[in-house]
Amino acid sequence: MSIPVHHPVDLLRFNTCGSVDDGKSTLIGRLLYDSKSLMDDQVEALERSADLTGGGQINLANLTDGLRAEREQGITIDVAYRYFATPRRKFIIADTPGHIQYTRNMVTGASTANLSVVLVDARLGIIEQSRRHSCIASLLRIPHLVVAINKMDLVDYSEERFLEIRDQFEEFLPRLSLKDVKCIPVSALNGDNVVEPSARMPWYSGPTLLGHLEDVHIGSDWNLRALRLPVQWVNRPNNPSDPLLHDFRGLSGQMAGGVLKVGQPVMVLPSGFRSVVKEILTPEGRVSEAFAPQSVTIVLEHDIDVSRGDMIVDPEILPGCGRDLHAKICWLHPRPLQPGKKFLLKHTTQTVQAAVTAIEHRINITNLAPESGASELAMNDIGEIRLTASSPVVFDGYAANRLTGSFILIEPGTNATLAAGMFHHPTEVARPEYRDFSI
Amino acid sequence: MSGYYLDHLQYLETEAIHVMREVAAEFERPALLFSGGKDSICLLRLAEKAFRPSEIPMPFLNIDTGHHFPELNEFRDRRAKELRGKLIVRTVEEALAKGIAVQAPGQVSRNHLQIPTLLAAIEEFRFDCCIGGARRDEEKARAKERFFSFRDSFGQWDPKNQRPEIWNLYNARLNPGENMRVFPLSNWTEMDVWEYIRKENLEVPNIYFSHPRRCVRRQGQWLPLNDLVPPKPGEQVEDLVVRVRTIGDIISTGCVESPANTIDDIIAETSVARVTERGSRADDKASEAAMEDRKKAGYF
Ligand SMILES: Nc1nc2c(ncn2[C@@H]2O[C@H](COP(=O)(O)OP(=O)(O)O)[C@@H](O)[C@H]2O)c(=O)[nH]1
Repeated sequence: MSIPVHHPVDLLRFNTCGSVDDGKSTLIGRLLYDSKSLMDDQVEALERSADLTGGGQINLANLTDGLRAEREQGITIDVAYRYFATPRRKFIIADTPGHIQYTRNMVTGASTANLSVVLVDARLGIIEQSRRHSCIASLLRIPHLVVAINKMDLVDYSEERFLEIRDQFEEFLPRLSLKDVKCIPVSALNGDNVVEPSARMPWYSGPTLLGHLEDVHIGSDWNLRALRLPVQWVNRPNNPSDPLLHDFRGLSGQMAGGVLKVGQPVMVLPSGFRSVVKEILTPEGRVSEAFAPQSVTIVLEHDIDVSRGDMIVDPEILPGCGRDLHAKICWLHPRPLQPGKKFLLKHTTQTVQAAVTAIEHRINITNLAPESGASELAMNDIGEIRLTASSPVVFDGYAANRLTGSFILIEPGTNATLAAGMFHHPTEVARPEYRDFSI
Repeated sequence: MSGYYLDHLQYLETEAIHVMREVAAEFERPALLFSGGKDSICLLRLAEKAFRPSEIPMPFLNIDTGHHFPELNEFRDRRAKELRGKLIVRTVEEALAKGIAVQAPGQVSRNHLQIPTLLAAIEEFRFDCCIGGARRDEEKARAKERFFSFRDSFGQWDPKNQRPEIWNLYNARLNPGENMRVFPLSNWTEMDVWEYIRKENLEVPNIYFSHPRRCVRRQGQWLPLNDLVPPKPGEQVEDLVVRVRTIGDIISTGCVESPANTIDDIIAETSVARVTERGSRADDKASEAAMEDRKKAGYF
């Protein structure tokens, strides 16, 4: 038996969004089916359910409908993840459904995505939902966006119609902070331009959807400029058998930004203690250099007090640090947010108490315009708020770093996750207590 | 850009390690579910990497149905010892004797009896978190599973009431009696698991490799013949060269005919496989919603 020669080299995470009936499930089904990512028993199950409920027609959409409750209601209710691979890349799809709880689900599914696919029905063009999805993608700073203009078969594969919709989208684009946008005309039902180029749209010379997913450059999606290492766990061997480990004190965490080198001066925040990197352990072993998003354990030259929740940073590129915080949040819970409430705020590896001191305004998610006079934020609302934390939070603006700029709010008592938050750019950088104090 | 990028296995590894450390930091009494199967073998290696040079700061827990492949238990015990880990085994046998688990009349499978046995073990040791090796690609109902999967005080999973998981911020908070299941391999596929085993040069139980075995044909699959699975009259029995893709109980794990003798062979076979691995487990075939029902009741 031969060993496959080509291994997928990297991994692309994307999410798909569209209104109900835009053809999202069909499109995902088509991607899996045409890229030969389905197994015989899955195809068999498809055929079985086609005979039972579909009048004998295979329904690609059934592939991605998971739970029984959904089947009963005929809708998907949450975020589901799918996996497939081509010889070029591996893919994780976050399938987020398009109905009322939409914003909440999309924020969840898209938060880790490199790319979003926004589905548009070619007959309808850019509608309010399409704008909404693009705005959320923009707010979440998803690096790449694909507008998949679907059901091209129902508009006679018309180039004119495609260009019309593309123009509609481009008109709207300047409001968004999206860097890389691609429009692709497809028919999920018939397979045109999904995996195989379409013979029925000879006027389109761009890549197919899968071709684009395979090629899009994701190497610079991480912030490699400013060192950020939130300390997750302090590694102190218990009764080690190796006497050399008696004094071992490692700081473990996942790099949230930048590059870390042995010999590099670092600062620990919020204390401001300075030290120098002595040793770096990665899953690969001892190395001289590590980078985001690697999980590492490091040893510092000095035995300073560092614990979970602290952040190790580059002293030349300091993050913000403070108790008064300004952020956008997406409210995820049926009980609305009212100002004055106290929550737990989890940010990187730190959890602090925080009170929402003001709701500044709600954001209209079809055009990103602020709407003043909001007294509360309901589920699926996005708004700007002010918070005061019980102790200093070390953070970056979300636009600079998705990992050190994001947080969640947790309700004390029920422990429900209530909100997803994104910090604004700090107005002041950290001014550590012991700024000039180095050991 | 420079060479600062991770390939897919490195990405999955770094994510899984982050999740494991989050468990060590946020829970007081976590346990790691270790069966000796291929997924939990990867889990163990990830735990080694997450915590070294310290030892893995949690015990290993296994629920033994009494229908395990003997090869698997032998492997489980040996690996735990090699890692100097504390292995806790709780058996369905014992749970039946104590009345914690009750077998329905006429039922042979003990699959569902793992649930009360596991819940009793969680109570006995007051575990607040169990790390498991489940993957989202295994089955439709798993596709929506979270990394941190919340269980109420009855151990139940409510698919409608899961906490949203955003970025890499996991809400690990619990009230007394509640429990978390954490799945660091959520984003791994069967192929990733084998590629990781190859990359890390991990030992796996020999039943994953091709071996001669007497099998009986039942419901479209080859089941290993043993005292628990005697052939019924008229059933076809054959001596075959087989291996297993996924290890469940000896009475329900289908064997596939295969000459695969090395990890490379298995990877080559997996890459051209036409049936999902769970397609070879009789317990999942019963109904499309079978897994979902078991999960709601507290299955891993
Ligand atoms: N004609 C045509 N119909 C499509 C296309 N894609 C999806 N559909 C149909 O649109 C309906 C809704 O599709 P579905 O995938 O369930 O939409 P979802 O609600 O977005 O997941 C179904 O009847 C599909 O067969 C397409 O490209 N062309």
